[in-house]
Amino acid sequence: MSARVLVGVKRVIDYAVKIRVKPDHTGVVTDGVKHSMNPFCEIAVEEAVKLKEKKFVKEVVAVSCGPQQVQETIRTALAMGADRGIHVEVSGKDYETLGPLQVSKILAALAKKEQADLIILGKQAIDDDCNQTGQMTAALLDWPQGTFASEVNIEADMLKVVREVDGGLETIKIKLPAVVTADLRLNTPRYATLPNIMKAKKKKIANVKPADLGVDMSSRLEVLKNIEEADAGGAVQTNTEGLSSLVMEQTLRPVKSGSAPSPIQTRPM
Amino acid sequence: MAALFKARRALGTAAGRGVRCLSQLAELPELHQMMRQTCRDYAQKELAPIAAQLDRDHKFPAKQVKELGAMGVMAVEVPESLGGAGMDYLAYCLAVEELSRGCASTGVIVSVNNSLYLGPILKFATEEQKKQWITPFTTGEKVGCFALSEPGNGSDAGAASTLAQQEGDEWVLNGTKAWITNCWDASATVVFATTDKSLKHKGISAFLVPMPHPGLSLGKKEDKLGIRASSTANIILEDCRIPLGNMLGERGMGFKIAMQTLDSGRLGIAAQALGIAQAALDCAADYAHKRTAFGAPIGKLQAIQFKLADMALAIESARLLTWKAAMLRDAKKPFTKEAAMAKLAASEAATFVSHQAIQVLGGMGYVTDMPAERHYRDARITEIYEGTSEIQRLVIANNILKEYQQ
Repeated sequence: MSARVLVGVKRVIDYAVKIRVKPDHTGVVTDGVKHSMNPFCEIAVEEAVKLKEKKFVKEVVAVSCGPQQVQETIRTALAMGADRGIHVEVSGKDYETLGPLQVSKILAALAKKEQADLIILGKQAIDDDCNQTGQMTAALLDWPQGTFASEVNIEADMLKVVREVDGGLETIKIKLPAVVTADLRLNTPRYATLPNIMKAKKKKIANVKPADLGVDMSSRLEVLKNIEEADAGGAVQTNTEGLSSLVMEQTLRPVKSGSAPSPIQTRPM
Repeated sequence: MAALFKARRALGTAAGRGVRCLSQLAELPELHQMMRQTCRDYAQKELAPIAAQLDRDHKFPAKQVKELGAMGVMAVEVPESLGGAGMDYLAYCLAVEELSRGCASTGVIVSVNNSLYLGPILKFATEEQKKQWITPFTTGEKVGCFALSEPGNGSDAGAASTLAQQEGDEWVLNGTKAWITNCWDASATVVFATTDKSLKHKGISAFLVPMPHPGLSLGKKEDKLGIRASSTANIILEDCRIPLGNMLGERGMGFKIAMQTLDSGRLGIAAQALGIAQAALDCAADYAHKRTAFGAPIGKLQAIQFKLADMALAIESARLLTWKAAMLRDAKKPFTKEAAMAKLAASEAATFVSHQAIQVLGGMGYVTDMPAERHYRDARITEIYEGTSEIQRLVIANNILKEYQQ
């Protein structure tokens, strides 16, 4: 198999950091705050590297959109085993309004340009919890999608994806090229080894601008206000009669502005 | 203006070539930052949650050591051709600090393998010896140890009473070594024995002995105050026979090998002490935010603030000394004085910070529910092994006096 995989990685505020809303309520404080790779993106990178080790995939390309700092995130992906990186330069106002619509357009354009056979993304980012980019990318490319994947296997030119859905597990078979989004239990991301960190330094990161890809970066959304969780005035309640317990857990989380940490096992200390 | 621009460019290319420069004390190169972050993540996720239990059970973290081996951390400076990570000593010090922040015992296991076992072999062994004694010890499957101290001499290393006599094509070793870290879990050791008693310290040689081996037995595991997950015991040599090819370096070179090895080794211990100190500070600062007394978090009280400031100052000063010594070593410059300063500063910082951390935590600092008491116990040994604080002072003083030689 000689597939090329595009993996999207997002630089987000580290899951362990306590989020603070800016005094002017226009957003959250990001200056001087620890950032790292979105945990679901780590799982996506790990899956891509695993597929390469199983020889289903010949090249793993890590992509990130944002300012200069996202290169750190791409380098982390390279240290985990990605072969090369693409940094899509987005800064200033465009970066503030960057969302799934623009990213999915960028990924679709890159997939065509790089002739990718598979796109693996995290199911959602822990800062905006959108859970849209994978689905939008697949729609723009008119590719099949296997979202919330907890298991991925390549069978000839098909992908067998086990999906975590409300009722349990659903297994689907989709044709390549396709988009897969990684869920928590897909794998356990590896620690970068020191030799791989050294090798990562030599791997190439190409720079690209959204304009070069013909992507319109304008946003259709306007953020009106960000407020602290405590001021949000109570939880969003839904009538949970008749729904499975899994759904109950998901919907009884209170509405939070800023980051809502995903249900990943929290580390002590 | 042009000169400034040229100088800045020269600095840029120098940094690019990996030449150590002062700006690295202010901000580590990207490679080192990534490596530090990886070790920190590993320590937080895999070591910190089990450290208390490892300490209680005196349990060697075999699984974690293997995982660290796979990451390249058990042989940081060993070139890739021999199975190591091929990184520099600054990277190694960062790794040991971050790992010790999670578990001090794991930190010393990593440090002893890297500095005290692989260190002298890398420097003094033949190519054949390197393949046999280095490569299997880079993966975490096997660890090594360093046998210099004896029941009769620690600081007085020149008085080694362990004897090595040549009998035909074998060396026969007889004697007892004491306080050997890792020995119950090790697969090889570097042993120092006297080959020519009349030459005093110039008559000591170094040997490589596999473990287990006929004639080599281990004393009972010491029941220590701290770093309990690493084993410490005597090594007893009774007619222990090894091939002539197992001598490390030249005959009579043993003392020099030991001293040079300890010069580097003490940076590893400095790094371990920094990790313990940092963990203690983490604990205290976190508590200062959460614990309320007199109507506010205790972090608002000046008494606590002054403590935290002094603790942070002690750690940061020692850290910079450690980094500088490592950078000098990487640049192949003399670093003995700086290494002694780093170890002295870091170990005294560790005992000071962990002591104050218990004070900040009050009663909670005294019980095993919080890690402060373990940091206090772990810190204490850093002022003793790989050169006591008193020896460090002698080393520093000797160097100072030499600098001011009339």
